[in-house]
Amino acid sequence: MSWQIELRQVGKFFNDRPVLKGISARVTAPGAWTIVGPNGSGKSTLLRIIAGLLTPSEGEVVYLHNGERLTAQRKRQAVGMVAPDIALYRSLTALENLRFCARARGLKVRDGDLLRLLEQVQLRPRAHDTVATFSTGMVQRLKLLTALVHRPPVLLLDEPGSNLDEAGMYLIREIVREQATQGIVLVATNDTRELDYGEPLVRLGS
Amino acid sequence: MGSHSSGWAHEAFAVFGKDWLLELRTRVALGAVVLFAVTSVVAAGFALAPPSAVAAEVKAALLWVVLFFAAVAGLSRVFVVEEETRTADALRLVVSPAGVFVGKLAFNTVLMWALCAVTVPLFLVLMEASVRSGGLFFTVVLLGSTALACATTAVGAIVAKATMRGALFGVLSFPVALPPLLVSIHATKASWIDDNAWRVATGDLQVLIGFMLVMVPASLLVFEHIWSD
Repeated sequence: MSWQIELRQVGKFFNDRPVLKGISARVTAPGAWTIVGPNGSGKSTLLRIIAGLLTPSEGEVVYLHNGERLTAQRKRQAVGMVAPDIALYRSLTALENLRFCARARGLKVRDGDLLRLLEQVQLRPRAHDTVATFSTGMVQRLKLLTALVHRPPVLLLDEPGSNLDEAGMYLIREIVREQATQGIVLVATNDTRELDYGEPLVRLGS
Repeated sequence: MGSHSSGWAHEAFAVFGKDWLLELRTRVALGAVVLFAVTSVVAAGFALAPPSAVAAEVKAALLWVVLFFAAVAGLSRVFVVEEETRTADALRLVVSPAGVFVGKLAFNTVLMWALCAVTVPLFLVLMEASVRSGGLFFTVVLLGSTALACATTAVGAIVAKATMRGALFGVLSFPVALPPLLVSIHATKASWIDDNAWRVATGDLQVLIGFMLVMVPASLLVFEHIWSD
């Protein structure tokens, strides 16, 4: 099954200030690509546009599956995203956050399945603790799980290694490597440790 | 992992369940609405002594004014809290706009019913209001509180991203909630004093049902655009 994302002359303005202009690119699964550029160059904005969280001021982002254009609903089901400014519910436990994401996406899951997922990111012992008690690294691991719980063909990562230790960085690398064999991974970063996650797709601010 | 189902009903149910779980853990909205309503009713009960001397229309107006302001105090936060805690984007990624709106509307409606379950019996006792038609009174409270939940949820969604959302919510809620408020007051008075209460209140009940039938689909259409960007 072929997944494709096309960026067609994408531009974004905030109060007439151009952040992105004329971005065109195309990615076809499987593989991983990076969006690089200095701080403030628009990496996160571009990733948010690709995720459907922002509407571009110019151009469009098209998702194709076997050549067929996806609707907004199917696009939502196809995407998993992790970003620093997308938060989890701090008053819910790790298991409750994961359960909500799974059930909202229409997955019929049992807690046993979710606990096994938490085990994979070493959060099983903290499954019943509220996210408010988690370190930033633990929150980042849980965010990764909530993005992957529905096994999306498209994974969007915005600075995925932020606040992660070496073990966490290794986990991200493994996730990107595995996801890149079957779907699309787009990583927005300016962290030198993450530049080799994939081929550069877009260089911003240059 | 289990199978996958589509449609927004399961999304709305998931949002409803998540919001109640959060509410039972933090009790922010419940605390705001119940505290406001109970304080207002108790204060009015003592201030208007003897309550039996107070006209039925005044009591009916007082009941619905208390319910309206309690709704404004608590129900408006249902969308704002997602923006303030930066969870709105997480919600946008997993749930369709229709799923979010219906889930939040269901949460606000049940919260409003819970508020009525506490406030209305207390009001009847403290204000010595005798109900002639219990069936009509129950129907009016049920429909009126649901209509108020519809109005405050719709306005809450519109103002969630605004900077002056507190002031804006009050300004917008008043005209939107005025029609259901006025007919609820009239029908409540009828259920307390009129011999032919059902006949007197039929038009009011039709307005309440019509209000919800218009408000919910219209809000859904508008919400799709408000929520997305």
